Amino acid sequence: MAFVNWLKRHLVVIAGLVTLGYLLLPNVIVTVFSFNKPKGRFNYEWQQFSTDAWKDPCGVADMCGSLSISLQIALWATVGATVLGTMIAFALVRYRFRARGAINSLIFLPMAMPEVVMAASLLTLFLNLGAQLGFWTILIAHIMFCLSFVVTAVKARVMSMDPRLEQAAQDLYAGPVQTFLRVTLPIAAPGIAAGALLSFALSFDDFIITNFNAGSTVTFPMFVWGSAQRGTPVQINVIGTAMFLVAVLFVLAGMVVGNRRNKQKA
Amino acid sequence: MSTLTEAPPPLDPTVTKTPENKPPRKRGRLTPYWLLLPGILWLLVFFALPMLYQASTSVQTGSLEDGYKVTWHLATYWDALSEYWPQFVRSVLYAGSATILCLLLGYPLAYLIAFRAGRWRNLIMILVIAPFFTSFLIRTLAWKTILADGGPVVGALNSLHVLDVTSWLGMTSGDRVLATPLAVVCGLTYNFLPFMILPLYTSLERIDGRLHEAAGDLYAKPFTTFRKVTFPLSMPGVVSGTLLTFIPASGDYVNAELLGSTDTRMIGNVIQTQFLRVLDYPTAAALSFILMAAILLMVTLYIRRSGTEDLV
Repeated sequence: MAFVNWLKRHLVVIAGLVTLGYLLLPNVIVTVFSFNKPKGRFNYEWQQFSTDAWKDPCGVADMCGSLSISLQIALWATVGATVLGTMIAFALVRYRFRARGAINSLIFLPMAMPEVVMAASLLTLFLNLGAQLGFWTILIAHIMFCLSFVVTAVKARVMSMDPRLEQAAQDLYAGPVQTFLRVTLPIAAPGIAAGALLSFALSFDDFIITNFNAGSTVTFPMFVWGSAQRGTPVQINVIGTAMFLVAVLFVLAGMVVGNRRNKQKA
Repeated sequence: MSTLTEAPPPLDPTVTKTPENKPPRKRGRLTPYWLLLPGILWLLVFFALPMLYQASTSVQTGSLEDGYKVTWHLATYWDALSEYWPQFVRSVLYAGSATILCLLLGYPLAYLIAFRAGRWRNLIMILVIAPFFTSFLIRTLAWKTILADGGPVVGALNSLHVLDVTSWLGMTSGDRVLATPLAVVCGLTYNFLPFMILPLYTSLERIDGRLHEAAGDLYAKPFTTFRKVTFPLSMPGVVSGTLLTFIPASGDYVNAELLGSTDTRMIGNVIQTQFLRVLDYPTAAALSFILMAAILLMVTLYIRRSGTEDLV
């Protein structure tokens, strides 16, 4: 009976942890199989432990090239989408103007559209214009779909901001530029950072839109897609594992720094 | 320049005392338009305009060699629908099942993070988001290993007679999971689960913990508290979570391609094949247009019904 009661009280926790396990299981598999030594071309069955792939992560033709293209595109898409999106977010929160509803829908729609629809329609535009598909068409597409996410992230932050802080700055004789740089921007920074981080992740991992608009350029997700047909090298698991570890370490480091700062303030 | 940077007129104290009535800054009427211009132009040219091009392509006829002309050949739509309606139905079924599974799986985890995790909250949050940084294609391929024929997962499902139930439902066939609808739904659920968890968490986290205490003080049992207080208050999260899961899942073709077979092809697979391999642009454009219209219609109806129109 005691056990049943315990189970009842912790049912949510148990169910939640099961879901967490479901979310993390593939990452565990990816990590374990980065130490595999597969017999055939595909890395789906466990054979024997080996660190060969970790010693030679770029040993597969074209893989690290595609990784570098993906990183470049993600970087520039992040910069572009963050700048354009932050500008829109500020305009939406801080100003009254015409066509507000239409602009809101234009920002909402890309998030409410299946990727394949955006991908296909963008391809018809590029085909009709006779544009050369490649790095630039991918970058254009990525900025387009990242924009809305940046707007949403920054808007939420700027909206929750106390307008009296800016008034206080102005009462203390700060000019509009100074107020923006010293008060508004630092407060909005977490929202902008969240938008930028999301853009980077979305762009780096995008496959569907890229697949339509890449021409002969191969990004990292496209390399993985191709290898799912030709044979999956162990090295893609190495890259996947490394990205996961870097992301977790990055966030943990950020948390430690944040905690230390809070303690110093207190 | 701004009027607010100058000293306020000393005889009009209302201006300085109630500045909340006015927008904090009023630098010229054109400022918002300059701020909006580049981003909105980008969306107009690379999001809205392509939709028009796509609509136009869908009513063109011709061939790749001779070029295409707008002939208002609406029969393309009819042909596309009558040939590919099974894939449409399948997309809705798979994406719908995945959305329901995401809600069932995601809610406890979001609840756990919001109310029960304590000092573990940040760590669990990181673990929910971190998989994003491993390419989702690599993670989807990992499901091939997890669901492999004769593997431990399939064995366990088999001995628990889960596979009997799913094959009765037509979700699996025999003692295989890979290359069946179940595998595709499983992959879709996995891939879009974080999109369910994050909005759920956001709306749960806003709930005042004292409401739970109040419900308990009024003799509500935990489940009644959940049904009458917590769940209704988390509705915005449920609505945006189901949309963020269902929409991308209905257009997805990656899971169906990597984990499914030719019998599990979804509408995304058809659009992709028509566009990139068959090069039948009008049919592909028509299919994509129908998918878009169907999604927009569903989203509008759903938001109206659930009464949360301020999602954006």
